[in-house]
Amino acid sequence: MNQLIIILFSAILVNNVVLNQFLGICPFLGVSKKLDSSFGMSVAVTFVLLIATAVTWPIYTFILEPSGFKYMQTVVFILVIAALVQLVEIILKRYLPALHRSLGVYLPLITTNCAVLGVTIQNIDKGYSFLQSLVYALGIGLGFMLAMVLFSGVRQRIESADIPQFFKGMPSVLIAASLVSLSFMGFSGVVEGIFG
Amino acid sequence: MGHLKELTKGFIKENPVLVLLLGTCPTLAVSTMAKNGLGMGVAATLVLLGSNIVISLLKKVIPDKVRIPCYIVIIAGFVTIVQFLVKAYAPSIDSALGIYLPLIVVNCIILGRAEMFASKRGVLDSALDGLGMGIGFTIALLLIGSIREILGAGTWFGLRLLPESVSPIAMIGLPPGGFLIFGLAVALANWVSKGKILKNKSAGCAGCPSSGACSGDCEGKGENA
Repeated sequence: MNQLIIILFSAILVNNVVLNQFLGICPFLGVSKKLDSSFGMSVAVTFVLLIATAVTWPIYTFILEPSGFKYMQTVVFILVIAALVQLVEIILKRYLPALHRSLGVYLPLITTNCAVLGVTIQNIDKGYSFLQSLVYALGIGLGFMLAMVLFSGVRQRIESADIPQFFKGMPSVLIAASLVSLSFMGFSGVVEGIFG
Repeated sequence: MGHLKELTKGFIKENPVLVLLLGTCPTLAVSTMAKNGLGMGVAATLVLLGSNIVISLLKKVIPDKVRIPCYIVIIAGFVTIVQFLVKAYAPSIDSALGIYLPLIVVNCIILGRAEMFASKRGVLDSALDGLGMGIGFTIALLLIGSIREILGAGTWFGLRLLPESVSPIAMIGLPPGGFLIFGLAVALANWVSKGKILKNKSAGCAGCPSSGACSGDCEGKGENA
């Protein structure tokens, strides 16, 4: 139990997916302009992360590993994720149209989001059990949400600030992200210190 | 001469990282040292070259509706080959790049070039485009990696440049430094091109194959319009 809590909180704060591991930078920079779109995107990412982990972990452990096809990991995982995202979209459209309207626009973007493929591979590399993998995926999703929501607030301040011509747009956003990332470095060691 | 332009445009004028702002994840993650940046650049160039050639050859065979999954499978195949090569011949690079090596699959540069270029043009042009974009990616990674290694560790390709008595800025080698140096490099590219990047509407997400889905929320369209 204690170990699961450590995995969850270190995934949220210490090894934050965007600010520390640089996964999912595209949506982080692209969709974080407004608070509601950054929240919607993070919910969609968390959802897909959990489903993708729940499907890829058994596929690797029970099919690829015993049959000696470990090297097909990359190909199989990306195919499974792409198919899964399509499937989720179709199911949502058919049965939960309200949810589809709010999350639907973000789903196609998630297929090529490196956070999803990255986390499913990390679960295997770190040798996590099925439950640990799910907790890790949840932590990564929540960490993504935290970074997105915090950063959308920072973005709104940058919009109204007077900055030099050549720093307008992407450079100023990246430098702001650097400061947010620096503040997250303060969490290193905290989680093990509290729960360890 | 026309063909040569397809090769050289990726170096500086349409540099995928500094001008088109694609592939930011690996750029930030592996640029802690010049050697890793070079390794990543070469690996991505091989994948880009292979996938561009194959996709260009198959462009009439692949049905339009399922083209993105097809491209992803082709790219994933090449990434697996490159993973094997790196594991066999450069195990130190393999452990340094870690998870970012398989993640070349979802690198926007590769899918973006497949969608924007290789699916429309001939084999020779596509091969040159892939090679040029790969070299551009390598140049950018090498540049950012060198700056971060020199400032963050005082070394370059493992050679000590700054004397031991000068303590390096450790923060540059850590994640915040990645964002900072990349931001400054884009600003520099902006300044050198006299603000052309800001005006260039094809920058940012436009090169991403799913750009249609985010309808103007993207950096490239919103910020630079």
